[in-house]
Amino acid sequence: MRNPLNDKIVNVKPSGIRKFFDIVSEMPDAISLGVGEPDFDTPWHVRDEGIFSLEKGKTFYTSNAGLMGLRQEISAYINRRQGITYDPAKEILVTVGGSEAIDVALRCMLNPGEEVIIPQPCYVSYEPCAVMADGVPVIIDLKHENDFRLTPEELEAAITDKTKVLVLAFPNNPTGAIMERKDLEAIAEVIIKHDIYVISDEIYSELSYHGDHVSIATLPGMKERTIMINGFSKSYAMTGWRLGYACGPEVILKQMIKLHQFAIMCAPTTSQYAAIEALRNGDEDVAAMRESYNERRRYLLHVFREMGLECFEPFGAFYVFPCIKEFGMTSDEFAIRFLEEEKVAVVPGTAFGDSGEGFLRISYAYSLDNLKEALGRMKRFITRLREEKDKN
Amino acid sequence: MRERILTIIEKDSRIDLKELAVMLGKEEIDVVNEIAAMEKEGIICGYHTLIDWEKTSIEKVSALIEVRVTPQRGQGFDNIAERIYNYPEVNSVYLISGAYDLLVTLEGKSLKEVSNFVSDKLSTLDTVLSTATHFILKKYKDHGTVLTQKNLDERLKFTP
Repeated sequence: MRNPLNDKIVNVKPSGIRKFFDIVSEMPDAISLGVGEPDFDTPWHVRDEGIFSLEKGKTFYTSNAGLMGLRQEISAYINRRQGITYDPAKEILVTVGGSEAIDVALRCMLNPGEEVIIPQPCYVSYEPCAVMADGVPVIIDLKHENDFRLTPEELEAAITDKTKVLVLAFPNNPTGAIMERKDLEAIAEVIIKHDIYVISDEIYSELSYHGDHVSIATLPGMKERTIMINGFSKSYAMTGWRLGYACGPEVILKQMIKLHQFAIMCAPTTSQYAAIEALRNGDEDVAAMRESYNERRRYLLHVFREMGLECFEPFGAFYVFPCIKEFGMTSDEFAIRFLEEEKVAVVPGTAFGDSGEGFLRISYAYSLDNLKEALGRMKRFITRLREEKDKN
Repeated sequence: MRERILTIIEKDSRIDLKELAVMLGKEEIDVVNEIAAMEKEGIICGYHTLIDWEKTSIEKVSALIEVRVTPQRGQGFDNIAERIYNYPEVNSVYLISGAYDLLVTLEGKSLKEVSNFVSDKLSTLDTVLSTATHFILKKYKDHGTVLTQKNLDERLKFTP
């Protein structure tokens, strides 16, 4: 038989997390610090609105771009949080999670051979999606000493005459790094100078613990060259509802809506009704969850400091990214031994790019009891590693 | 700081104060002092344990009693409320708006004990006009805690 497959997808490396997933599945008593989703349930009033929409028989397709009522609420929300306005009729697309928005944006913006700058460590899907969109990923290895923020020098050095898009993802998964206004201003200058576009994945925007999140789209000259992506998964604990959105200039959104229409039709209707309620009456829920994450973040950092484990202070998302270079093992080796010896699952930094080598992603989207138990085991484990090292 | 401390210890009064201080980004001594101050000011009134007696072999009966009373000149409802809350078997007494005046919650060893309390002690008070007793059949949720189910973490162990 003929080869049924497309070479590009065959050559895409599977997600580095997969291997650990398989090992953990064999260990029912393992505890995990490996999840990338909130430990909260979706607030009840939001779930209730979804249920109510089902009871009323709202089970049909919505318009391709999403319910107008939802797009209006999204527009109002962005205005309230960022002070800029997107036209609900032309500049907002409701997607199946932020993930679809990333995929659609890349496919609508890239011509074959055009380069996409992807600062790593980062979420796992940008690179494969860029490849599948015929783009050429150009990786910037972000540095620990810069707290994993992107500097204008790094960006400048990565730009060629083929550069089309920069993917910017802050607050960042997996590092927890943020970009403050001054950091964004510095790179915006480079972006405008070279006339490139930005896909700004701001899915963790509400989980920022050092002042409010600033979107790059709010800087002068940036709104017209930025696709701002956000969603409900992290801020409202709605991962399973699969709902996100993209906002940007009409000229790009028009094509994105077209592609979305042919590929997806529309985002899930029930989720859209629930999301309207989330945006209308969910600000307090978001604030309460943020406060709770922040408390656990402080606790985790404090315990790492007590253990003498090197870790920069992350101000966003719900991850810490401690450095394990002192133990002289790779992230993979550390994670596998930790799992086998102490039955705690963490994600090696390399799952998010080569520059994650020497680091671990540890999620604090867990109850304090769970965190305490896991950190107790971690302390035991690294004490043992240090003793081993002293012997040799 | 007070609001956060209260929000957290209302859910978990046994939290280690050192950990609480770390979580709030404060010094332990400041948190300890703040709690002591709130105890003194009567903001923190006690530290109780939420028990689901149903799961023990100990028999308990709880009831809500709606009480209509005649308020007394110069004292309003305070005097009658005090006469009721002084009984040790009374758990709580609230003055409420609506069709009746006081809501009394009560715990006894048996239906009979609760009924006797209502007929012998409560109804016979001069100012009590009428009572309506509701026995609690099942507690689903108490003090913000759901008693009927255990929440399991059903998330995948690894997600990017």
